[in-house]
Amino acid sequence: MNYVSDKMALKTGACVLRLNALRNAIRLLSTHTRPEVAQNNTKYAEFPGAKAPYVTEMKFLNESSYDPIPIYRVMDNNGNVLDIREEPRIDTEELKKMYKTMVQINQLDKILYESQRQGRISFYMTNYGEEGIHVGTTAALSPRDLIFCQYREVGVFLHRGVTITELINQCYGNHEDPGKGRQMPVHYGDKHRNLATISSPLATQMPQAVGAAYAFKRQPNNDRCVVCFFGDGAASEGDAFSAFNFAATLDCPVVLLCRNNGYAISTPTSEQYRGDGIAARGPALGIRTVRVDGTDTLAVYNAVQQARDYAIANNKPVLIEAMSYRVGHHSTSDDSTAYRSVEEIQKWTKDESPLQKFKLYLEAKGLWNPEEEKAMVKESRDTVVRTMQEAEKKKLPHWKEMFEDVYYDMPPRIQKQMKQMEEHLKKYPDKYPIDRYQSE
Amino acid sequence: MGLKSSPVLFHWLSRLPSRNFSTSRALLATKPVTMRDALNQAQDEEMQKDDRVFIMGEEVAQYDGAYKVTRGLWKKYGDKRVIDTPITEMGFSGLAVGAAMAGLRPICEFMTYNFALQAIDHVVNSAAKAFYMSAGLINVPIVFRGPNGASAGVAAQHSQCFAAWYSQCPGLKVVMPYTSEDAKGLLKSAIRDPDPVVVLEDELLYGLPFPMSDEALSPDFLVPIGKAKIEREGRHVTLVCAGRGNEHALGAAKILAGKGVECEIINLRSIRPLDFDTIARSIAKTHHLVTVEQGWPHCGIGAEICARVMESPSFFELDAPAWRVTGVDVPMPYSRTLEAMALPAPADVVAAVSAVLGNKISAVSSQ
Repeated sequence: MNYVSDKMALKTGACVLRLNALRNAIRLLSTHTRPEVAQNNTKYAEFPGAKAPYVTEMKFLNESSYDPIPIYRVMDNNGNVLDIREEPRIDTEELKKMYKTMVQINQLDKILYESQRQGRISFYMTNYGEEGIHVGTTAALSPRDLIFCQYREVGVFLHRGVTITELINQCYGNHEDPGKGRQMPVHYGDKHRNLATISSPLATQMPQAVGAAYAFKRQPNNDRCVVCFFGDGAASEGDAFSAFNFAATLDCPVVLLCRNNGYAISTPTSEQYRGDGIAARGPALGIRTVRVDGTDTLAVYNAVQQARDYAIANNKPVLIEAMSYRVGHHSTSDDSTAYRSVEEIQKWTKDESPLQKFKLYLEAKGLWNPEEEKAMVKESRDTVVRTMQEAEKKKLPHWKEMFEDVYYDMPPRIQKQMKQMEEHLKKYPDKYPIDRYQSE
Repeated sequence: MGLKSSPVLFHWLSRLPSRNFSTSRALLATKPVTMRDALNQAQDEEMQKDDRVFIMGEEVAQYDGAYKVTRGLWKKYGDKRVIDTPITEMGFSGLAVGAAMAGLRPICEFMTYNFALQAIDHVVNSAAKAFYMSAGLINVPIVFRGPNGASAGVAAQHSQCFAAWYSQCPGLKVVMPYTSEDAKGLLKSAIRDPDPVVVLEDELLYGLPFPMSDEALSPDFLVPIGKAKIEREGRHVTLVCAGRGNEHALGAAKILAGKGVECEIINLRSIRPLDFDTIARSIAKTHHLVTVEQGWPHCGIGAEICARVMESPSFFELDAPAWRVTGVDVPMPYSRTLEAMALPAPADVVAAVSAVLGNKISAVSSQ
């Protein structure tokens, strides 16, 4: 902590003290009759840091002192709704769109993963097993809600309306890449669609999301919330704790959404944390919390919808822990069979597949059939292959882009360099493959 | 911690004949060893020698390390001494500092130094200052290590050199190996050192084989911290190089030798303490100075060396202004071609040397 933040801490401290004094004054005026503040024989303690009953029996608490937080679900593995009252009312078109997005994620993953293996792009991360979380979340939000992703949430982008073309252009870094070819593949971002650009260092998005929610809250009649994705591994970073604590103490309308997929590269959750997962940390920090089956798209939808309503109506954070399984490898730098069995992976590919469950649900409702499925898979695949081929042929960003955006106003030194480059290119046009780059 | 990506280049580099040792060893008395294996050997030997030494970091145990530098150590030394941690650089470096205060000798592996920014408070405010602030009562014998600097194709948040950052801080020692011999000897010295040492490795060098002498392969081999090595002798110009900068300088020296220019290459090995004596002696011989590093120019290693020259009699030895070859002053571009141009290459060193020798600094600096 530096001097400035020390000073800030002092200021906030003073402010809290003042508030507490006010609260106490009010309490003194209004609670003459409350028995627990009786002068003698006090049974209820009123320490500034804890209001709790006094006891004479010492009791340590541990993880088995509580029941595990249950996992909310709407469907069983066959896509049957377990309690009809819990079935969300989503219109037919949206339901079909949700499923199509999930299929599209799969096809995108399959082909781009292969394209990395072939050396066409430098890096890729697949989303297998977590499609339901992406789609269930995005469908339950308003397009105006701001989403901070971690990096394994391509379905969020797709369902928000980011096109396959835009996504593939990003991975290929051509001149149509909205990120101007400056980031590694899968670092998507779209300000107009309220999707913060993905940042590589883990968990930095968490306090940032809380800060954005704080900014929303300050606007009159705010009707927007922030949703922040993070993984079970990222939750170990110090940033995660800070985000939780600030979300709670600053009363921010933010939905903190943990994709607990069981693995951080090779580190299983059993080595990542002890206790009852990420969800258990919510109530401990004063955050309304729910745990859902992340392979059940409808359960995710319901949880996010309620979390959103609550967060905006009350200016409070909500924590959702969506349980799932990372079916694919961590990234193209990883071969996960080195640390987990093929049988384990298969169980999650088949019985617990979010796509399978959602498809069975749609089929039971008569909204989907195998022919449509076949056509859809083919169409998704073809779109990706075609787009990829086009992306490879597209020109690279304009050479001037390399001088832009390090500073808001281009420093004179860089202006000078750009001018020199321009003159240089005029003088030696044949020495550079300038036709491969976008021109003005 | 972020994506933990080892880029494509890493993959094919790792496929280079890293274990394909020369069969003519008896004749040459040297054997090519990759920097990865040299670092591995250093840790293995020191763990064998001193049971206070242990390794902690992300993916260092069963996974053998994100870049396989800890390969086989978990199997050999077990869970107690090779510890996989939850994902929190701040957490495990703080823990390592505490363990060092309590008498252990932790090796703290950062998956890359880019992620170590999360932990820099423990490195700079805790590890580096504990001895002074405790009035000399508590020293922190700890090694922070991991890949530093540019990799390939991983863009701005994964490609930066922190040598200047750490070496600015009193209390820390900072080393930057270039060869496998450097890597092994410096890491072993770092592990035995009573102070915190930051070991800045280079991901792109991990897979490269460097010849190692029998002496360097022995478990007693050490490279002293704070001593530079003359990597190549010459009389026309002094090239002071940090880490992979040596590679570019050696490449340039070969080209320049063809033109009759003999470069003296100083492999710094340690950035702090800095072996200025070796630099000064060389300048007294060549009267020309060029520095080569991968990091940014502003307040960089080269800037420090030039300042020291200005403040010493070496200044009067110079026949021309000194020149720095550095990474370009930009966030690392993702584009492969721009990335290559943002990093120094032998051609840049050749240009710098030609300018310095021809006293044509103004021509170069206008670019």
